[in-house]
Amino acid sequence: MALLSENSGRSLPDYETQAAKMKSFSPYADNGGSVIALAGDDFCVIAADTRLSTGFSIYTREQQKLFPLSSKTILGCSGCWCDTLTLTRLLTARMQMYEHEHQKEMPTLAVAQMLSTMLYYKRFFPYYVSNILGGLDEDGKGCVYSYDPIGHCEVTKYRAGGSAGALLQPLLDNQIGYKNQEGVEPVALTQEKAVAIIKDVFTSAAERDIYTGDSINIKIITKDGVQDSTFELRKD
Amino acid sequence: MSSVLVPEIPAPGFSFDLCQRNNFLVKKGFQAPKAVKTGTTIAGVVYKDGVVLGGDTRSTENTIVADKNCSKIHYLTENIYCCGAGTAADTEMTTQMISSQLELHRLNTNRIVPVCTANAMIKQLLFRYQGNIGAALILGGVDLDGPHLYCIYPHGSSDRHLYTSMGTGSLAAMAVFESRWKPDMTEQEAKELVADAIRAGVFNDLASGSNVDLCVIRKGSVDYLRPYDVANVKGQRNISYRYKRGTTAVLNKMVHPIIIEGETVRRLETEPMDTSS
Repeated sequence: MALLSENSGRSLPDYETQAAKMKSFSPYADNGGSVIALAGDDFCVIAADTRLSTGFSIYTREQQKLFPLSSKTILGCSGCWCDTLTLTRLLTARMQMYEHEHQKEMPTLAVAQMLSTMLYYKRFFPYYVSNILGGLDEDGKGCVYSYDPIGHCEVTKYRAGGSAGALLQPLLDNQIGYKNQEGVEPVALTQEKAVAIIKDVFTSAAERDIYTGDSINIKIITKDGVQDSTFELRKD
Repeated sequence: MSSVLVPEIPAPGFSFDLCQRNNFLVKKGFQAPKAVKTGTTIAGVVYKDGVVLGGDTRSTENTIVADKNCSKIHYLTENIYCCGAGTAADTEMTTQMISSQLELHRLNTNRIVPVCTANAMIKQLLFRYQGNIGAALILGGVDLDGPHLYCIYPHGSSDRHLYTSMGTGSLAAMAVFESRWKPDMTEQEAKELVADAIRAGVFNDLASGSNVDLCVIRKGSVDYLRPYDVANVKGQRNISYRYKRGTTAVLNKMVHPIIIEGETVRRLETEPMDTSS
């Protein structure tokens, strides 16, 4: 009361207070990381680097950024790690609820649509995550879904995202999408070529992007299950 | 008056011609381009009979690596070298300017330039510009009084140290020094200690990376070791990315025939170099 009577001559608008004001509030962090997914006729390869960082320092060199949601669907996340954790926690819960209700696993297409809805639900306070979903559809064909942070969804055959997304995508466009090439017959993507290209683009991205490095985790989804492997990148 | 033969000599010092225009553009919403930062780990120690300076070799533009093998240990005189962190252009140009002034100083006085002279000249220059020259330097050298090591901040203050580090990776490097530095080390011990300090920066600071450069300054001799250690090797490619002939689209084709109108051959007499004086 003493504070108010001191300033009584300075007619403050009645909604203004004497309390300390917060100038800015930044609820987001950028923890870096990159994800790639490639789809073939009967498989899908999804890979992410394992470096978790902030600013100029590394939190950990071995962070899994691929989340198996079902036996045929894997989600790759990069961006704000706390949002990734929250989003994936909610996703797994919704997956389980679906399973109990329908007595079957949620198909990839449904997961893709649900993720889009869940992201748009937070339209004005979005999850700061760049999501790439890889899996097999109900015909057993590989498919890749990519998202923006507020729920726009797109189906593709190949996609790169995250901090080095802009470095990785052009190479995929050229090598997988046969873009900007004259007189070249597109050949169906094989598992071996997909894995080799993923390793090569990550090796190159680690050279130039400071948030990509240490190692990558590669998961190959086929009708027989998920095959897991790792590949070392530079550590600086 | 200026012409091609007699070019106008620019006024000494920086040109501030475009400041007003650029401020106006920024106010209008134009994003000013960012300078390349070295984003660095640099370090130096004094050992028994000299100084070891070290640096990493990565320079960055925000989160992108601009140069994977740049040189951060700059030459000042035959007995003094200087590591630079901060804005790449500023460290490069300051050391070059000081280097030329030190050489003139050496010719005027006909003596080995003392390290404290270089320190004074650099800090006076940096203080004059009130921190607008973003150069954080580690100065090391050996003169008649023995080995010396200084670190100089962008605003123009400087300290004398027996071991010091600077740049974004300075904390990682200093952690190594604080745990393992001791007085009167041998040259080999000092080199390994500095290299380990730089490696700590290379692996734990994202803005530092690639190789380790060292510079050992003793009385009367210098070893510039670049690279001293290749800390990170580039990964091998799995497949070949060579394109078949004709992969690039030809949009249009034009042929300009060159017509030779005449041909003359002129012989030039070689003149011997004047070595009389």
